Amino acid sequence: MVSMEDYGDVQTSWCPGCGNFSILKSVKTALAEMDIAPHEVMIASGIGQAAKTPHYLNCHMFNGLHGRSLPMAQGMKMANPDMPVLCISGDGCSYGEGGNHFLAAIRRNLDITLLVHDNQIYGLTKGQASPTTAEGHVTKVQPSGVRSRAFNPMTTAVAMKTGFVARAFSGEPDHLVSVIKEAMAHPGFSLVDILQPCVSFNKVNTFAWYQERTYFLEDHDPTDWAKAMGVADEFDERIPLGVIYRNDRAPYPLDRQLAVHEYDRNDLKGVMQSYT
Amino acid sequence: MSEAGMNIVIGGAAGQGLATIGRLMSKAVVRAGYHLLVTQKYMSRVRGGHNTFAIRMGPEPVYGPTESIDILVALNQETVDKHRGRLAEGGLVLAGDDLDIGDLNALRIPFKELASKPLFYNTVALGVLAATVCNDETILEKLLDETFAKKGDKVVEMNVDVVRAAFDWVRGQEFNFTCLAPPEEDGGMMMVNGNEAIALGALAAGCNFVSFYPMTPGTSVATTLIAKGAPLGLVYEQMEDEIAAVNIALGASYAGARPMVTTSGGGFALMTEGVSLAGVSETPVVITVAQRPGPATGMATRTEQADLDLVLYAGHGEFPRAILAPADVEQCFYLTHLAFDLAESFQTPVFVLTDQHLADSYQGVAPFDLDDLPDVARPMREAEEGYKRYALSEDGVSPRLVPGFGRALVRADSHEHDETGWITEDGMNRVVQNSKRLDKAFGLEDEVVEPDYYGEDAPDVLLVCWGSSLGACLDAMEKAENGKTMAVLHFSQVYPLCESLFMDDLEKAGTVVAVEGNATGQFAKLITRETGFSINNHILRFDGRPLTPEYVLAGLNGII
Repeated sequence: MVSMEDYGDVQTSWCPGCGNFSILKSVKTALAEMDIAPHEVMIASGIGQAAKTPHYLNCHMFNGLHGRSLPMAQGMKMANPDMPVLCISGDGCSYGEGGNHFLAAIRRNLDITLLVHDNQIYGLTKGQASPTTAEGHVTKVQPSGVRSRAFNPMTTAVAMKTGFVARAFSGEPDHLVSVIKEAMAHPGFSLVDILQPCVSFNKVNTFAWYQERTYFLEDHDPTDWAKAMGVADEFDERIPLGVIYRNDRAPYPLDRQLAVHEYDRNDLKGVMQSYT
Repeated sequence: MSEAGMNIVIGGAAGQGLATIGRLMSKAVVRAGYHLLVTQKYMSRVRGGHNTFAIRMGPEPVYGPTESIDILVALNQETVDKHRGRLAEGGLVLAGDDLDIGDLNALRIPFKELASKPLFYNTVALGVLAATVCNDETILEKLLDETFAKKGDKVVEMNVDVVRAAFDWVRGQEFNFTCLAPPEEDGGMMMVNGNEAIALGALAAGCNFVSFYPMTPGTSVATTLIAKGAPLGLVYEQMEDEIAAVNIALGASYAGARPMVTTSGGGFALMTEGVSLAGVSETPVVITVAQRPGPATGMATRTEQADLDLVLYAGHGEFPRAILAPADVEQCFYLTHLAFDLAESFQTPVFVLTDQHLADSYQGVAPFDLDDLPDVARPMREAEEGYKRYALSEDGVSPRLVPGFGRALVRADSHEHDETGWITEDGMNRVVQNSKRLDKAFGLEDEVVEPDYYGEDAPDVLLVCWGSSLGACLDAMEKAENGKTMAVLHFSQVYPLCESLFMDDLEKAGTVVAVEGNATGQFAKLITRETGFSINNHILRFDGRPLTPEYVLAGLNGII
């Protein structure tokens, strides 16, 4: 049996009260409850406070570059399809710098799970707008308010018929654990957008702000695409939590562990022969 | 034409099928036992424009492309007009009877008479060309059989009939042209171009993953890898951009794949942050950069050697790397194989720096010998307790484990990290880890491929070149009539350099001339940076065309 303790208890560099703590604990809980041992999972991450998460876990990890966690996670999966792959990063990393990779990863549909710590602000670089920061939100470098419309990862992902699209909230850890488990069990690309307060730099989308608005989806059929689009679009006075959309599109086919895959010498000779 | 060789140029518009004629003719030439070197020039368009496919053949090895033409196969008027001035004495034009060729020595091909449909005009041209250079009819027939077998017996038969008609027709013509003596060898060689050879070298090294974003002239490495490797289990993916292409390869490498990434200068510019990541995370990756003229989009289908500085300095921060620059198809194969061993042995990015000229250049080569290849380094399959990914070691190389073998955790990081992969900003640790990574350079220097030296010891003139410029330099040395003793020093590894392997050669030469396909003498400057030896004479070509012996000799006239 795997326990949460197997994933260690590491001192972090996060601010007290940060939503990341609850997410970290939920990831540990989900992995333990799925009976996945630390040496049985690979985690890729980008850059940002959220992307430090794998550093605070005993696990195989590759902490890569800003915005590039998804290409890296996909390479890990393609080389070793036997092992579950988690990709953990923030809203800036996943939807901003990595926006193109986000779209491509959805289309490619490799069996990986993307957890986005979405605090609607850049925390590590001290408070600039992120792709999910609301229009009009005033920051130090957007003193007249953000002029771009906020990116809605849920509508985008549903519009692209992503295999598994869910939203969770760091303030609802039990629910978060169950969503992570469900996402990891989904055989294809799955997205969990996790709302979390940034206590230092986001004075608008606070813990209370999320708590007041979020509600659990009930009687929602996530296989109904048209209805899912409507639910995904809700992000104002009411913010739905849960699995917004899912489908059973077959994942990118993979069948071999490349670390042990060697070519047959006679096959190689045949390849050379084809050039004479 | 000299006894040593003949230069055939097939010219026409894109879409006229000249590359098909050229490839089949080249293969027939190789199967007849001749050596060959193909130079392809094409424009960035699918139809129209003016393209050429040049086949230099000889009973002995041939090196560089050459300007003078012994047989010009003109598929359109533009070909005659553009290239008539390059015809050698006694050179022959093969052209349809509808073209205006003036008083050139020519054989006028009656396409309509020899083929029932325009569809077969290509085969007519091929048959006439093969017959003119005294190729064996049966070689061509067998080739057509292999080429068209998939389309059915009927198609094979129709093509073979056309070739026979072309041979019969040529036999009945009176024209002034002497064939090369038949070679002594009886064929058995491979016909491969540079990019294909890179792909084959990668497969021979166990490369089992390729990622890329399409960009000429790098793409054909990936397409060959996929065509030949996928049936053997190679995993591949066309990525959304070059940034993704290099990062997915690093992820795959971390998890145990042996990846290659292929691109050209503009795409490589995007990959540089990934190169830096490979450096700090000590993740093996082999990147093929096929050069074409820049800056930016430059000339997409032409050649240049101007991305040496880009590859040399790509990536922020300091970390070791190796850059291999093959001279010819054979080196493309063996150096790429070596690149995989170096990448794994030193856990750092290794580059194969080629160019459009070599990428598209077919050569006839002795079959690549898989049995004689050295083993390629592999990551560990098990780790002791307390395994640390970035453990300190005397040579800077830490034992590399990939996830999936035992319970040891493999933690890789783009940040500065300690031996376990743990992020830290401790100053002393930084110095230790950075030094550890840089220490790998010493090992890399021990493995440096020795530059090749051709010609007289202590010559009056020493031509220094790298990559695909070797052929032109060797030919120039042979053809030079300046009364000076000459030699060529060629670097097939351009970084790191190992002074002790070539300083004597530089110091003993009278005049040292750097010959490069760029405008600023990038390699000469690198030699100065690394050794303090200053090369003051340059022959530089940057008009998008490959270096030729004629170009080198003309440049030499102004120097000595």
